[in-house]
Amino acid sequence: MTASFRSVLAALGCGTLFGFGLSLSGMLDPARVQGFLDPFGAWDPSLIFVLGGAVLVAMAGMVWVRRMPQPVLADQFQIPANRPIDRPLVLGSALFGIGWGLGGFCPGPAISALPLGFGAGLLFVIAMVAGMILHDRMLAGKV
Amino acid sequence: MSPYLTSFAGGLLIGLSAILYLILTGRIAGISGIVGRLAEGANAALNGAFVIGLLLGPLLYHLAFGAWPAVTISASLPVIILAGLLVGIGSRMGSGCTSGHGVLGLARFSPRSMVAVATFLITGIVTVTLMRASL
Repeated sequence: MTASFRSVLAALGCGTLFGFGLSLSGMLDPARVQGFLDPFGAWDPSLIFVLGGAVLVAMAGMVWVRRMPQPVLADQFQIPANRPIDRPLVLGSALFGIGWGLGGFCPGPAISALPLGFGAGLLFVIAMVAGMILHDRMLAGKV
Repeated sequence: MSPYLTSFAGGLLIGLSAILYLILTGRIAGISGIVGRLAEGANAALNGAFVIGLLLGPLLYHLAFGAWPAVTISASLPVIILAGLLVGIGSRMGSGCTSGHGVLGLARFSPRSMVAVATFLITGIVTVTLMRASL
């Protein structure tokens, strides 16, 4: 097997694990996400444990990653450089949060919910991908 | 099982997936980055395989537990379209979403990711609070 073929298999396996974890966690449910984003109302704090569990494992894993000279199936790590905190970061994250609150979906759960067959979920993904393309082709570097 | 336990277990698996992807391919498992690059046809095999995996996840859940994960969408269709556009534009402009900034960014103690997570949590909470107040 070539390294790139093994990388594709790794992506398939990691994507499946990610989607299974999302399904188990409750993040797939916009009603629960909106309950989590409602601390002044009928707050559902359980999704803190999704982020907490995920960050805990990733933090432990990062100790290992920092000791690795290179990834298993590639020549080098592609970890984002520590750029300054700038306008696009804050404005983009703010817009993202508004959309997340309005719909209760973020990108991973929206994709993973597709096989469950909700028309509104499909519409969200189409709008989301359109928004991504719109940004990358027209807005990138202009904010 | 208590929703706290299933949420925590799900979170552990999400973290495991993200760190395995980094260890194996050297890449950050940021879903908005993966989907955005796939939409532009960049590295289609790798990004496409991850997205196919995301679609298989709930099927595996159904095989394991005999039920589908709950999905309750209450927003009207115009609101869903607006929400999708904002999530798409915002995640690309902000270089990440709940996975790239939320999981790996916080785990790497990245100051940019801490600012991103605090920002989208605040605007998300303000949005839901205003929506509930206007109902």
